[in-house]
Amino acid sequence: MELINPDVGLIIWMTVSFLILLFLLGKFAWKPVLKMLNEREEKINMALNEANLAKEEMKQLAVNNERLLMAAKDERDAILNEARKVSQKMYDDAKRKAQEESQRILVSAKEDINIEKQKAITDIRNMIAEISLEIAEKVIEQELSDKQKHQQYISKRIETLNFN
Amino acid sequence: MGFTNYKRTVYGFLNIFVFVMGFLLFLPNAKADAPLHEEKPSGLDVGGLIIEHVVNSYEWHIITVKDKHYSIPLPVIIIDGEGLHVFSSKHFHHGHESYMGYAICQEKGAQKGRIIKVDESGNRDVSASFLDISITKNVLSLLLSVSFIAVLFISIARGYKKRGVHAPKGAARVIEPVILFVRDLASSAVGKRYERYLPYLLTIFFFILFNNLLGLIPFFPGGANLTGNISVTLVLALFTFIITNVSGNRDYWKHIFSTPGVPWWLKIPIPLMPLVEIIGVFTKPIVLMIRLFANITAGHIICLGFISLIFIFGNMSSIAGFGISPISVFFYMFMTILELLVAFIQAFVFTLLSAIYIGMAIEEHHHDIHEIKHSISEVK
Repeated sequence: MELINPDVGLIIWMTVSFLILLFLLGKFAWKPVLKMLNEREEKINMALNEANLAKEEMKQLAVNNERLLMAAKDERDAILNEARKVSQKMYDDAKRKAQEESQRILVSAKEDINIEKQKAITDIRNMIAEISLEIAEKVIEQELSDKQKHQQYISKRIETLNFN
Repeated sequence: MGFTNYKRTVYGFLNIFVFVMGFLLFLPNAKADAPLHEEKPSGLDVGGLIIEHVVNSYEWHIITVKDKHYSIPLPVIIIDGEGLHVFSSKHFHHGHESYMGYAICQEKGAQKGRIIKVDESGNRDVSASFLDISITKNVLSLLLSVSFIAVLFISIARGYKKRGVHAPKGAARVIEPVILFVRDLASSAVGKRYERYLPYLLTIFFFILFNNLLGLIPFFPGGANLTGNISVTLVLALFTFIITNVSGNRDYWKHIFSTPGVPWWLKIPIPLMPLVEIIGVFTKPIVLMIRLFANITAGHIICLGFISLIFIFGNMSSIAGFGISPISVFFYMFMTILELLVAFIQAFVFTLLSAIYIGMAIEEHHHDIHEIKHSISEVK
């Protein structure tokens, strides 16, 4: 029975020492420990939130980069196309000009040739006339001296005459 | 560095323990009184032996070698009409003699083992009133464990202050998960305003846990069955009772005196429901008190029972005694491990139930459907 009979002395000691323990721990142990635990939790939460924000920002940045890249690509393509067009045009122009030039040169060359030809023909004509005159002179001279010889001479002269 | 500090503190404590123990043990007063067991029966009074180990005592028994009792005598402090009496319990000679009109009751009953007033002829003087606030075994154990807990947790708190929000080190690394466990328990059981009650809940949790564990150690600094003492559990339950009822809000008292949702004839003219509710207010802490006391004491009794088996069999024949001892030791070990678990569970249960009772007392009840409807129509 002594087991379940409360002991006044022990109750007094227990009450006093438990109150002291409660006061000491409450003031010097639980307060700083719980404060630190809360602070740590807040800090961890904050860090996690910040990490999430940073992640979000990174994603945004990546999207932006992608967009920028696409824009740059488009621009590059446009520039390239433009350049290609310009170069094609330049090439075409140059080609046309060259063709025109060559055509022009050709025409003028033909004209020159024709002129030269006419000139040459005229010169040959004149020369033939002169030579004919000379031959005639000589023939006349020979005829006067010998008939036979005269004949021979003429044919000989004609042989030497080459129009080519 | 925090760990070595903590270790140093613990070692310091242990040194003091050992020093005090040795000092007290080898004082001349520890001299054994040889021929004492006049009434010692031929048989073994196992029941009495076990109870003797489980209840409080005026001396801290260390060992008995060949009927010589080596124990630490503890100071007896008595306040009576004549004033304050302080003397060593060695004057009682293990309960066989009276001193200054006081003696340790040897009769079976509720007073067995307590100090009683006796007259010259050795008869009990029932009329005498006095207050016995001796430093008994349990009181000494209480003082030691309270100082140990205080030193341990304050040094841990200092580590927290020093290290700031960084990860804990040393003893705090072991204690912190337990603190967080109690905090989560409190926040789920008490509710929104749990932080106000958290210091109390943490204190009772660690107080009960440490004393449960100390009780499992079979020799000096431990061994006192503190949390298995009804006075201690009574005080703990009383604290919960006071905190619960002091912080009880309007809804709590309304529930007790005019329980909503109950037919009126259960309240008037015979206040049946209020009566039941008021009984409930008191049964809650009483159940807390009895549960802790019974669980811890029962564990100690079972452990002692297994050890006593050796002596019961040894009394029959020494071969039987030696034969039974491995089995006894095995069961004792098994029980001790179980008690280790119980030490945690009982600390947890006491804290959890205290938190639930407090939570029930401060809970803001939702209004009745009628009241809500009324307020809605008012708003309209």
